[in-house]
Amino acid sequence: MSESKFKYQGVGREYQKKLLTAWNDRLQSAESDGRKVAYLFVPGNVAEFLRVFDFELVFPEVNALQCGVRKISGDYILKAEDVGYSPDVCGYVKNDIGMMLAGNVGPSGHKIPKPDLLLCTYCGCTTFIKWFEALAHYYDVPLVLLDIPYLRGSVIEETDRQYIVQQLKELIPLCEKMTGNKYNHDKLVEITKHAAEAEDLWVQILHSAKRKPSPFDSYFEAVFFMAPIYILRGLPECTDYYREAMKEIQERIEHGVGPIPEEKFRVVVEGPPPWPHFRSFWELLKRWGVCAVASSYSKVGGFWDHGFRHDPTRPLESIADYCLTCYTNQNLAMRTDLLKTYAEEYDADAILIHSVKSCRSFSVGQADMREQFLRKWDLPTLLVESDLADPRYFQIAQLRNRIDAFFESLEHKRLVHA
Amino acid sequence: MTFEEQIQHFRGIVDDVSFPTVKEWKSKHTGGKVVGMFPVYTPYELPHALGMLPVGLLGAGGIIEIDHADSRIQSFVCSIARSTLELGLTDRVKDFDAVYFTSICDVARNLSGIWKANFPHQLVEYIHFPQNMESPSAVHHYRGELQRLLGNLEQLGGKKASADEVVRSIEAFNHNRSLCWRLHEIRQLTPWKLSTYEAYILLRIGTLLPVEEHTHILEGIIPLVESRETKQRDHVRVILEGSFCEQPPMELLQVIEEAGCYIVNDDLLLHSRWFTDPVPANGDPLLALAESYIQRSVSSSVRHYGLRSRKQALMNKVRSGQADGVIFSAPKFCEPALLDYVLFKDELEKNGIPYLAFEYEEKMSVFESIRMQIEAFVESVMFFT
Repeated sequence: MSESKFKYQGVGREYQKKLLTAWNDRLQSAESDGRKVAYLFVPGNVAEFLRVFDFELVFPEVNALQCGVRKISGDYILKAEDVGYSPDVCGYVKNDIGMMLAGNVGPSGHKIPKPDLLLCTYCGCTTFIKWFEALAHYYDVPLVLLDIPYLRGSVIEETDRQYIVQQLKELIPLCEKMTGNKYNHDKLVEITKHAAEAEDLWVQILHSAKRKPSPFDSYFEAVFFMAPIYILRGLPECTDYYREAMKEIQERIEHGVGPIPEEKFRVVVEGPPPWPHFRSFWELLKRWGVCAVASSYSKVGGFWDHGFRHDPTRPLESIADYCLTCYTNQNLAMRTDLLKTYAEEYDADAILIHSVKSCRSFSVGQADMREQFLRKWDLPTLLVESDLADPRYFQIAQLRNRIDAFFESLEHKRLVHA
Repeated sequence: MTFEEQIQHFRGIVDDVSFPTVKEWKSKHTGGKVVGMFPVYTPYELPHALGMLPVGLLGAGGIIEIDHADSRIQSFVCSIARSTLELGLTDRVKDFDAVYFTSICDVARNLSGIWKANFPHQLVEYIHFPQNMESPSAVHHYRGELQRLLGNLEQLGGKKASADEVVRSIEAFNHNRSLCWRLHEIRQLTPWKLSTYEAYILLRIGTLLPVEEHTHILEGIIPLVESRETKQRDHVRVILEGSFCEQPPMELLQVIEEAGCYIVNDDLLLHSRWFTDPVPANGDPLLALAESYIQRSVSSSVRHYGLRSRKQALMNKVRSGQADGVIFSAPKFCEPALLDYVLFKDELEKNGIPYLAFEYEEKMSVFESIRMQIEAFVESVMFFT
């Protein structure tokens, strides 16, 4: 890409770096500045609600995945295993506990502040509860659990929505007492307005992958581009980020370029990435000209691309809907249907399932999904296994064999049918 | 039949994964509906109120080969999920009309989805139990969940359950639970009169029979147990923690005792004494069940207790059982048990209580290494604490 032709390439990455550094700086000085810190999970996070009280937000999963990318998660996991955690439990939890025991310096080198409040959204992951119970045990701080009912049917039940709204209202006095800031409905309206603007732009980026070739990899790039929508959502700079990122995508569209030199296969990806071996995994697929045109992991925290937005006219209800519909809170039938719908909407050749040992919430049921994709819809599906945080489970030779064999057979089929 | 012969007889039924009691019940109740209940706790009262048979669906205990489920559930998942699915895929539960799974863990939850996809002729329910015990809204929400479940069962059975019928079911299970608590009390006060293995069999058979029959069995057998002349041994008193969902091999329970332990409290088959007090049998029965769940039920690793700490609950068990130590016996890959273990052991260390930890699987058949660990533990408790 020559400089004269491309003005915006790399903008998404550079601008994000700046924003996240500023966020980390704020966190680092939170304690000394007397600002209160809330820890919360990415899926179904109620960032908008907490921002009303000016909480600084820490997302332990984000720390864990960044430790994975920076290849330091292995040591932290071993540290947690030293204090009794089993090799068979979630690597994110162990990474976080290990990091805390080692002094709680985050992957970017910033000191992570101690929580004043642990707000656990029970949002499709039971291990979340155990994780924050462990943090409450080690930090001795209050843990509030926001109970999000799993979607038992295919639509949101009004009783579930109201249950969450009630719990949020019940949480107001604690947040007021902790921060000294009063609940301000107008402020929440303003924050949800910013959130919805950013969500609109993010969806445009996601939908751009319907083009051929796709200008954007909806897995390997999306997991990076999605950081501000989860970490900074509700702030004006988040909207600004997606405006800039959209320019990068727009420019790629104008010049007909994408994440790989030549798009040969379009796939839908299910499951979290193997963070400690992110690049290697991507390379295994790039070799075959594979572009992920849609993924479920980019919806792990919230699901917008079929219409949902935070709604300033009904902010608490829309926060409840957001929690209820994030990907991890959708039942298996919904998840299976969604992946199949993606395959149609994005004209994908196959489904790739990356099954991770750490996260049973994602992985249990994936093998059964594969059966359905193959038998019911004749959708070629490859299931490979490793882990999202624990580097010990990434077997590159085995993965290469599986991936090569799969795309070789797809290529062969294509030749035969041509 | 003598007491021992009865235990032997019940063991035969428990080990028969073709569910003979279900077949027998169905043959006597034309059109009767059977509801499978995955652990840890499920509201047995609801199907019962409609004249249905709730039956424990607790895995296959290593009795069958896993031939089909392996391709549907990955190897890093607990045995009970795989063997339960195998029971389904091999048509062993085709007589079941409905199956209940609950929010105990992500595996059980997703198993409900797998079940739905593979057994479309069955009513498959996923029950969301409240986890925010501090919220005044939780009771109301859970009452609604019970109403939804009852409504779906009514549709399945083609008839409505009156409030009185639900109340009568509550009474039937209250009575049954009081007898299960009595067994528990015997184990705690005079553990030499009833081994954990025997107590387990007596509770486990209750998951396969109509509650009235089980109550009748317990009413007959408890006086036999109370009058048993068994010798008290020089055993250490332990709490068994972590075996609340996947059923441990019964030989493992025997090995723990043979190695010198009296298990004076445990979390085996916890549904049989889930409520600490009788569920009120007056007023709105669904509200009574919901309030009892939130306010008057036992501690377990599969639920969050808000301000009521599970660590404290474990210490209470240690104190009330006058226990010398704790044995953590968790199924391999069971996150609720394995994650709790770390917090529990910290609490025990703080209080100077000895503990031992090991993992089990349904298919486990060699117990010598565990026996040696327990013997060493018993010696260390007896001679060094």
